[in-house]
Amino acid sequence: MKIVVTVKQVPDPNSSLSLEADNSLSREKEVVLDPGDECGVEEALQLKEAHGGEVVLVSMGPERAKDAIRKGLSMGADRGILITDPQLAGADALLTARALAAAIKAEAADLVICSTESYDGSTGMVPPMLAELLGVPQLTFAKKVEVDGSTVKVHRQTADGYQVLEASTPALITVTAGIAEPRYASLKGIMAARSKEIKQVGFGDLGIERGESAETIQGVTNAETRKAGTVIEFDGTAVERIIQVLTEAKVV
Amino acid sequence: MAKVWVYAELNEGKLVPATLELMAKARELGDVEAIALGAGAKAAAATLGKHGAKVVHVNEDAAFDDYLAEPATGALAALHKQAAADLILFAFTTDSREVAGRFAARLGVGLISNAADLDAKDGRFVAKVPYFGGAKLASMKANSKPAIVLIRPKSFEASESGGTAEVKELSVSIEAGSKRAHVVQRVVEASEKVKLEEAKVVISGGRGMGGPDNFPLLEDLANALGGAVGASRAVVDAGWVPYSMQVGQTGKSVRPGVYIAVGISGAMQHTVGMKASKVIIAINKDAEAPIMKMADLGVVGDALKIVPALTAAVKAKKR
Repeated sequence: MKIVVTVKQVPDPNSSLSLEADNSLSREKEVVLDPGDECGVEEALQLKEAHGGEVVLVSMGPERAKDAIRKGLSMGADRGILITDPQLAGADALLTARALAAAIKAEAADLVICSTESYDGSTGMVPPMLAELLGVPQLTFAKKVEVDGSTVKVHRQTADGYQVLEASTPALITVTAGIAEPRYASLKGIMAARSKEIKQVGFGDLGIERGESAETIQGVTNAETRKAGTVIEFDGTAVERIIQVLTEAKVV
Repeated sequence: MAKVWVYAELNEGKLVPATLELMAKARELGDVEAIALGAGAKAAAATLGKHGAKVVHVNEDAAFDDYLAEPATGALAALHKQAAADLILFAFTTDSREVAGRFAARLGVGLISNAADLDAKDGRFVAKVPYFGGAKLASMKANSKPAIVLIRPKSFEASESGGTAEVKELSVSIEAGSKRAHVVQRVVEASEKVKLEEAKVVISGGRGMGGPDNFPLLEDLANALGGAVGASRAVVDAGWVPYSMQVGQTGKSVRPGVYIAVGISGAMQHTVGMKASKVIIAINKDAEAPIMKMADLGVVGDALKIVPALTAAVKAKKR
């Protein structure tokens, strides 16, 4: 079974975010493999361990996004593909999906695994677009994945429980953070990753059109902030104060 | 008047609240037609009419409920061929966003996702999209036609405007090729009594709860108040509680009457999902935590002592 995992390099969610002078998110400082994608890589590795096959990581980004791919390779993925080209800078979701689809089509994967949404952009739009462009069904918000021959079954997280979804491969799956605890790369894995292939693909290799961007940013404003209220210590009267607030809000 | 479509999401035959929130904004922006697919579509049409839809396109084929995203994508694409809209609105919910993504890719047009507001300006649509954890709002002009915009739940308040929609049967042939991602079973886990998004009181826990074993303390308080329990991303990622409880940028947006944040520092990733709550109460051992700067009432102390004391006081007051 051949599994493609889409991976993205994002600003480290555990460091404090900062903005550039033009109000765009700073993506220059500490960057890491998206933690959601780590879960996707882990799930792919577990499927490979159970069923055999190959795990290929595909990313789009600047050259340093190789580090994110390398991280996945050190966990145990087999090889990587980095789509990188100045022409793709600032790509919207559709262009990103088109570029990924072009690179993934050439791989003829049985399964494509994405995280439900990236930590930085959070639009959640690339996976369904990618599924459409690849012409495969999408099984989403998976908290559990089972593969039996050419049938793939997932437990899809819903607001009040889960759905059991089934489809034939090839298919695209999006996974939630809870699906699998990402393994730590072993020293051996880190050493092995150094010699694993990361193929670099340019815009011209993809055979796609740039198209018009979905949106033009006209400006940035500060969101309304709430005013600070009263801060009290937990003492003899604190609970009473809370009850008073709850009473005023008519919930008790 | 601009022609505005609203994708009406049905869950188990019922309109999801986010759809009616969209209607409140949609009717300000133009003539609204809603598209309701699957079981309950015809019944939903009456409600959609009361909320401002002039026309509701319905189709109750079981395929819309039995297969994920693809039949609905096909139906929207077919309708789009008959009569193109200027603007198509989807709720940024699990089900709707998947249809929106596939539909946009099929049309080959871009979209704007995760918006918190939308306005018309010189015949174009400008969405406000929160980023940087919700501290900043980017104004994005939609370039595509139709403009496709996904809006976060709880961005608008649903309200009836009176009226009756003309119900039109949407005749589409649902191709066998779109019946692929099959919903073979629906499992309801009994844990959630009051829906997080609909609760009047939400009590959310973060790392300050110390561990998953202490979450029942929050459930006791929620039960006493008739509310629901939420969580920060940190504890969901740590596996303490399921993803369905996550409040924030990635997760659910809530705007209850009272939001009680327990042991949550108030990272922007969390606050974007709850800052529209009417009253915020924060319980945290750190007086300098960001959440304290946005709470109407902040209580500094040990959550594991405060929460049980509060639960007891609520119960005593009720008696």
